[in-house]
Amino acid sequence: EVLCCANYPLYIRSVPTQGELKFHYTVHTSLDVVEEKISGVGKALADQRELYLGLLYPTEDYKVYGYMTNSKVKFVIVVDSSNTSLRDNEIRSMFRKLHNSFTDVMCNPFYNPGDPIQSKAFDSIVSTMMVQAF
Amino acid sequence: MSPAQWDLPPELCCRPVAFVALTGLDVVYNAIHRAIWDAFCANRRADRVPISFKVLPGDNEYPKCRTKRTSYEWYIPKGILKTGWMNKHLNLVPALVVLFYELDWDDPQWKEKQSECATKVEIVRTSLQGRNTKVAVVLIQKKTPLPPGEDLVASERASALCGACDLSGKSLFVLPHTDHLVGYIIRSDFLFLNKHQFKMGFFSELKQDTQNALKYYRTAYSLVHELRAHETNMLEIKTMAGFINYKICRLCFQHNTPLDAIAQFRKHIDLCKKKIGSAELAFEHTAWMSKQFQSFGDLFDEAIKLGLTAIQTQNPGFYYQQAAYYAQERKQQVGQLCSHEPGVGYPAPDPLETTSGALDFYGQRPWRQGHQSIDPPDSEKEKQGILALQVKERDIPHSELIIALLSNAVAQFKKYKCPRMKSHLMVQMGEEYYHAKDYTKALKLLDYVMCDYRTERWWSLLTSILCTALKCSYLMGQVKDYITYSMELVGRASILPEEQKSRIEKNLIKVLMNEVPEPEPDCDPLSVKTAQSLWSDRISLAGSNEFTIEVQDYVPFVQCKAKFLSPSFHIDEPVQLHVYVRADCPHPVRFSKLCVSLSNQEYNQYCLLEDASKGKDILEPSTQENMCLVPGKTRKYCFKFVAKTEDVGKKIEITSVGLMLGRETARYVYLNWRGGWGDAASSHETLQACRSFKKRTRFPEQQVDWDTVTIQSSTMIISRVPKISVQLTHEPPALTNEMYCMIVTIQSGEDTVAKDIKLTAGLKPGQDANLTQSTQITLNGTEVCDDSHPALLPDIPLGDLHPGQKIVKPLYIHCVSTGSRILLFHVAYSVSATVEGKDITCKCHKDETVTLETVVPYEVAMKFVSSKFEHLERVYVDIPFLLMMDILSASPWPIELVNSEVQLASSMNAIDQPQSQVEGVTLQTSECASECFLLKCPPVQNGTSTVASGHYIISWKRKSTFAETSVVRTIVTLPHVMVENIPLYVHAELPSFGRVRESLPVRYHLENRTGLVQDVEITVEPSDAFMFSGLKQVRMRILPGAEQEMLYNFYPLMAGYQVLPQLNINLLRFPNISNQLLRRFLPSRIFVKPQGRNGDTSIEAA
Repeated sequence: EVLCCANYPLYIRSVPTQGELKFHYTVHTSLDVVEEKISGVGKALADQRELYLGLLYPTEDYKVYGYMTNSKVKFVIVVDSSNTSLRDNEIRSMFRKLHNSFTDVMCNPFYNPGDPIQSKAFDSIVSTMMVQAF
Repeated sequence: MSPAQWDLPPELCCRPVAFVALTGLDVVYNAIHRAIWDAFCANRRADRVPISFKVLPGDNEYPKCRTKRTSYEWYIPKGILKTGWMNKHLNLVPALVVLFYELDWDDPQWKEKQSECATKVEIVRTSLQGRNTKVAVVLIQKKTPLPPGEDLVASERASALCGACDLSGKSLFVLPHTDHLVGYIIRSDFLFLNKHQFKMGFFSELKQDTQNALKYYRTAYSLVHELRAHETNMLEIKTMAGFINYKICRLCFQHNTPLDAIAQFRKHIDLCKKKIGSAELAFEHTAWMSKQFQSFGDLFDEAIKLGLTAIQTQNPGFYYQQAAYYAQERKQQVGQLCSHEPGVGYPAPDPLETTSGALDFYGQRPWRQGHQSIDPPDSEKEKQGILALQVKERDIPHSELIIALLSNAVAQFKKYKCPRMKSHLMVQMGEEYYHAKDYTKALKLLDYVMCDYRTERWWSLLTSILCTALKCSYLMGQVKDYITYSMELVGRASILPEEQKSRIEKNLIKVLMNEVPEPEPDCDPLSVKTAQSLWSDRISLAGSNEFTIEVQDYVPFVQCKAKFLSPSFHIDEPVQLHVYVRADCPHPVRFSKLCVSLSNQEYNQYCLLEDASKGKDILEPSTQENMCLVPGKTRKYCFKFVAKTEDVGKKIEITSVGLMLGRETARYVYLNWRGGWGDAASSHETLQACRSFKKRTRFPEQQVDWDTVTIQSSTMIISRVPKISVQLTHEPPALTNEMYCMIVTIQSGEDTVAKDIKLTAGLKPGQDANLTQSTQITLNGTEVCDDSHPALLPDIPLGDLHPGQKIVKPLYIHCVSTGSRILLFHVAYSVSATVEGKDITCKCHKDETVTLETVVPYEVAMKFVSSKFEHLERVYVDIPFLLMMDILSASPWPIELVNSEVQLASSMNAIDQPQSQVEGVTLQTSECASECFLLKCPPVQNGTSTVASGHYIISWKRKSTFAETSVVRTIVTLPHVMVENIPLYVHAELPSFGRVRESLPVRYHLENRTGLVQDVEITVEPSDAFMFSGLKQVRMRILPGAEQEMLYNFYPLMAGYQVLPQLNINLLRFPNISNQLLRRFLPSRIFVKPQGRNGDTSIEAA
């Protein structure tokens, strides 16, 4: 499940689609932790801050990872806890891929920052990632 | 089974403390005993060792001790832990029995008392029946004991008593009944504890040896999981594992190692998660899981209360939340497993009944206690048992449990700054209340969190909440809520599919028509029935059928933008206002009224669009068309009105726009846009729209792109544009102190009479305050202004002005200081006009401003010179000198000097009648006029003094063809001058010129101006140009006031300006009066004409 948002969703997708609402809630609640993590970082350090925020919070069934770009766009990935093939490094690289693709979307002159993302390229990146991961 | 089946037994949850029984105390009748008891119990502070005390009679029946097995070899266990075991050791079997006995060391009946005491000890021992319980004796004494070792009787008797009671010396205590009771008791506490520490080897925790206890528990925990688990004993194993896990976690928290506790708990959950046991009783497993999480949450929370710090991502809330999750799952399973046929009742006889009314072992089935084999002994009994459990489970108030857990979690997340998690849990609570049919509470919770999701723009979540809320409001027949939620669900914030939106919109229209809406899907049929009757009741209910919805808190399906066409309107043109309305619903919707409220409510009547056929059944097609909103299309409604003249200069704001849906005859709702536009989502949309580069698609005529409509929610009413001209004629710059003339010409371009023309002229307000002091304005140019004149002349009435006419008005401005100043000419008048067929009287005004420079007209330079035009630093008494004036024009315009005059001070005298020499002179720019006056000073005291000279008065005017100007008198103060007495005055008498080789007689006069006789030495220095005759060197004496005359005949030898032979005068009495000073009074040169040939007339004339 992937989300990019500036506190409201720009792009959200989940596999499987059933129980989607629950994931939306999960992602939404994870923003609490993101905010707390960011507010903890001092202003001076904000520029050198690591974009990857790591595991946001534990739940019984899912792991929620966070990432925030310097323009405060957040990426959240939720994976099944039983999925042990995904280590921290894989998650990191997933986020990096997402970020790259997101940058491409932002570079599109017809994309209005803040609008929901409707990019085929972004879609396909997310789909590939989901196929690989799940 | 009771709902408390899954609760941990209370004796497990409490912190185990040693149980000490006190006997021999009569707390009811004996005050001293009461005091001792109180000291033990009432005043227990945290620093004392935790012990639970109980007063028991000496012959109390303690639980019987079974014969201990010496080996487990042929022991077939019936279960793991008996239910009464913990309670027994906490509350029934004491670790120590303390016998209180009143006995002083010097008691006269010592022997008798001693044996009585021994008997009592024996009774206690017997009643304990060999349990490993210690006995101690306390002697209550009335006398304060002597220091140890001094009281021989005491020590002797003590050992005797110990012997008699079969006690060791350490188990005998003396409690003197004195003031220091509490102190003694504290000391004894520790001793009691030490006494029983050896007891109960593996009951470490009871002895407060928690480290060891933890070790035992951990071993026990792993042993439990090594047991062979099968369906019949699964519950027992899990129950035990839960107990032990609870103990371990509790101790970990107690040891301040919360991470160990969490790790243990995780391990526990991971191990047990899959041990579901009987599929028919799956709810038992989820209930147990829920309980595990809940108890861990409780432990965690308790530890926090005792000082542990939790963090956002690791706090008890997560455990409560998980507990709630399992509780929800349990409820779901109940729905699947326990929905029996209606005929199936609770089995009889009750398989859950046990003979004792309780279970012998924790976690066993009541119908097969002690049974340990894999297969159930009696399959029929087993079935009955399961059915009984299922039926019982059905009656459990699951929702209550879930809500309680959720609210626990909410409280935790609130504490740990997780507002979104809190909202999420509150949504779950709301949904649970909905399932529990407590719709009021559900709605309250949902409504509370809805706005969070709305402001965060999570439409998917908002839609799901709204759907539940809509169901609640339907089932309760809450009309306003129903309308509000419907409006939002139909609108653009909702992600519902079109057919759902369509269904909801149809229902909404029904409600607005005062009809009963169709029930929401998936509602409890019974509740729907109630709801339907509620709704039909609403229909007949008169009144309370109007609602107002403040749109800014919602995202309804109608959007509105209201704007004035211009940021300002002139009073003589109509104010125009457009209201744009758009609907996002699937079906067209008709409204019955659109009204705009303005800050001045008098205009509201003009901004109203109403159903023309109010009350009529048939609508005119045109209005119907007009008041129908087609989805996705923007409609524009134009209003205009004429502003009131008293509103000129005021702002008109759109306070709100109201849109009425429904009919006044049935039920209607007002959507109210405060400020004329915007709901909860608009500001973001506007921001996005203005950022967007999206190409604006061309819209056909009458169609507007919603995003391009900008907001103009206020306008200014400004006065009518004046149709007059104001012209200023003048000749800048102004000169200081002159009456500067400015001619104002007002010409009317109006079509009708301009009435009441008033001119305000003068210094524009708001400039440097000093300018107000130095500027005066008047209508009368013939006399010079003074300070009594104002800087600004307000409201000079000029009468009426007919079309085409003009008024010319001269004004005079008196500027005392130089520099620039802004002058204002404000012409106000009123004129009647017709706007939209309405006659109004408009006040118009026109302002002209001009920046006026002021310069000095001329500069006056004054100096004192000698009769030889030599500059004088000081003047001498009675010696004539000249006062010279230079008037240098600085004005760009010619100046006419009308007159000039010197007003001398008393210390100066004019030698002849002073007369102006510049009268009538006209100075052009940078021309200079000069004049001089011959003056002398009368004698002064003290030899020298500085005296005032007087004033110089110049009368002048600007020479202008433009306007008649008045004469200005400018007074210049003459400088002070130093006057000095001189002891000897010398002057010469000689012709104005000489001629070569003709005798030139020169007579020198020497006047003694002192009262003393003066000796004077005179020498004449020879000169190349002259020969002379006379005394070349002489020394003479001049009497006071007398004058000496000396005659010389000079004989010029050369023509031209020639230096005369120099006369050196030496005053012997006044050596400080130098020769040079005196010489200044004498001419130094003379013009010598050449010798003429025939006649000198021509040369003389030259």
